[in-house]
Amino acid sequence: MRHIISILIENESGALSRVAGLFSARGYNIESLTVAITEDASLSRMTIVTSGSANIIEQINKQLNKLIDVVQIADITEGAHIERELMMVKVDAAETASRDELQRLADIFKGRIIDVSDNIYTVELTGEGEKLDSFLEAVDSESIIETVRSGAIGIARGNKSLQV
Amino acid sequence: MKLSGAEIVIQSLKDEGVEFVFGYPGGAVLHIYDAIHNQTDVEHILVRHEQGATHAADGYARSTGKPGVVLVTSGPGATNAITGIATAHLDSIPLVVITGQVTSAFIGSDAFQEVDSVGISRPCVKHNFLIKRAEDIAETMKKAFHLAMTGRPGPVVVDIPKDITDPNNKIDYEYPKEVNIRSYNPRLQGSPEEIKKAVELILAAKRPMIYSGGGVVLSNASDELITFADTLGFPITQTLMGLGAYPANGENFVGMLGMHGTYEANMAMHECDTLIAIGARFDDRVTGELDKFCPDAKIIHIDIDPSSIAKNVQVDVPIVGDVKHVLVDMNKELKLSKTKPEAKALETWWKQIKKWSTGDCLRYDRNSALIKPQFVVEELHKVTNGDAFVTSDVGQHQMFAAQYYGFNKPRRWINSGGLGTMGFGLPAAIGVQLAHKDEMVACITGEASIQMCIQELSTALQYDLPIKVIMLNNRYMGMVRQWQEFFYESRYSQSYMKALPDFVKLAESYGHVGMQIDKPADVNGALKEAFAMKDKLVFMDFITDQTENVYPMIAAGKGHHEMHLQQECIPVQSSDRELA
Repeated sequence: MRHIISILIENESGALSRVAGLFSARGYNIESLTVAITEDASLSRMTIVTSGSANIIEQINKQLNKLIDVVQIADITEGAHIERELMMVKVDAAETASRDELQRLADIFKGRIIDVSDNIYTVELTGEGEKLDSFLEAVDSESIIETVRSGAIGIARGNKSLQV
Repeated sequence: MKLSGAEIVIQSLKDEGVEFVFGYPGGAVLHIYDAIHNQTDVEHILVRHEQGATHAADGYARSTGKPGVVLVTSGPGATNAITGIATAHLDSIPLVVITGQVTSAFIGSDAFQEVDSVGISRPCVKHNFLIKRAEDIAETMKKAFHLAMTGRPGPVVVDIPKDITDPNNKIDYEYPKEVNIRSYNPRLQGSPEEIKKAVELILAAKRPMIYSGGGVVLSNASDELITFADTLGFPITQTLMGLGAYPANGENFVGMLGMHGTYEANMAMHECDTLIAIGARFDDRVTGELDKFCPDAKIIHIDIDPSSIAKNVQVDVPIVGDVKHVLVDMNKELKLSKTKPEAKALETWWKQIKKWSTGDCLRYDRNSALIKPQFVVEELHKVTNGDAFVTSDVGQHQMFAAQYYGFNKPRRWINSGGLGTMGFGLPAAIGVQLAHKDEMVACITGEASIQMCIQELSTALQYDLPIKVIMLNNRYMGMVRQWQEFFYESRYSQSYMKALPDFVKLAESYGHVGMQIDKPADVNGALKEAFAMKDKLVFMDFITDQTENVYPMIAAGKGHHEMHLQQECIPVQSSDRELA
């Protein structure tokens, strides 16, 4: 099953490699991994999307907890949560028809065209992974020039929170 | 007090009460070596190879319970130390390994003797640090010792660039009294609810079994374990790492378990209805095939490392805590409890176990004209009154030592159980002998293993360490040969060394005493003679039976009830089960 694990980790050099190294050394999956600083400059927040049986997920949590730099962990898929991913897609929009089509699709998916050049539109889209997948399916695949996705981030709903 | 970075490194060691640093100098650590030169509180032990330094520090740590300290240079110094660091990591041994690093400005430039020591060591340490400012040395050292020694112990690497140790840059020094790592608070006390549940299960058991491991030794919980087992009168087996915590001559001991464990221990594991795992981690060499492991048992697991619990085997009562703390609480709870163990059921259970042990699974040919390795170990036990510190290398001799020496005290049996590092025995013996100047220290080894760190004979001479090297020489990599005989139709691919040194002359050339023994009748006398030489290292080359194998044995993919016994190699049928 797919799990989203949120980690508060010391903002120190090498901390990311400890987490990435743990996953590769023990053969755990990483679907995506994102990391950035938090409001507390001494801490980074990492979001890892992984999958595995209940036993494996339990081990992943325990092994992550064992890393000295890891301060807090939560498997946010255990409860109600919100998940988002950011995507930017560069699309060939040389024809007027394709421009209109792209504008329409962006509207439907609540995306925005954030850059326009002679023949190219760049669309920004936020949502759950599946929504981003659907958008890519809806766009003529031959017109897609480049795609970049941030990987998922997530947060628990309500008053549950991950803090020190 | 104003000190340079190099002086702070050494002063931190003094403030930690460190007696010995095992090391080898080199460019990146020259400032630190200069600081060592100017003091006498910390004794530096100069090894001949950095692997030897880590094993020696490791032997020191295992035999004393104190952290072992290592100092090596950057690049090859650090990479040579890795095998020893990994060895300590897999057996949870506390080490602080200081590695020199190239000058900060050169890091990442492929400088001379540069290697990413933090990156290379990361998967085989408990934690590691790269120090960036001299001001951080004292606090980092404090953290390193704290991490190495507390919780589940382990090696910690501290990488220090050369410029940080500059003798001309003096800064204020004060060694921190306390350490605070917000993400690290190992739990010592077990949960009272879980302990209560465990005690209920224990008192209701009809066929109980205690399976204890290295965690008991690490937490110095031998007395508590003895009280626990003897009060209950339950059978107890120990892992390779746990030997000695409960005495081998104790009335409830049924021998080691696992791949080369005793028949009775493994059968009792298979048939038990309640398993109490204490400071053990369900290693594959212990469990055999997981699907066949303890099929009827409710399992209680005590371990300080939550990730050890439910890693390989699902358990019914998990207790996260320090073994000593948990056993103290459990013993208290048992004392208070009005229920007592079921005497009748226990009697029937013991009867069955005694029956399993009548087969004498550790028998061997005592009338052999060739020296049997088991015989040498038994005679060693006699000559040393079972009271020596015994280190070993890895292979058949390691198993013979574990099976036949009979360890009655913890911290006497020093071996690389987890990583299985050949070359461990001799340098480990150096660390043990330094810590125990007046005790008998024997290194049981083979002619293949000993050659992996043989250069440390020179270190032993330099520090006058009267280690007794007991080499069981069968001219083969014995355990490899055994597996090839069993599983590769006796195709002995590369397990035989055509050329071996004359070990007697070799020992002599290193300044020690060499002996060769090739008759069973001479074994006892030679051992007595060697141990009578109290100030000499004696290298004993025992020419043993080449065909001897380690029995009993559980082959890969088999369960505890499917052991091979003795030379006939007949799998034991589980049809002789008598229990309902």
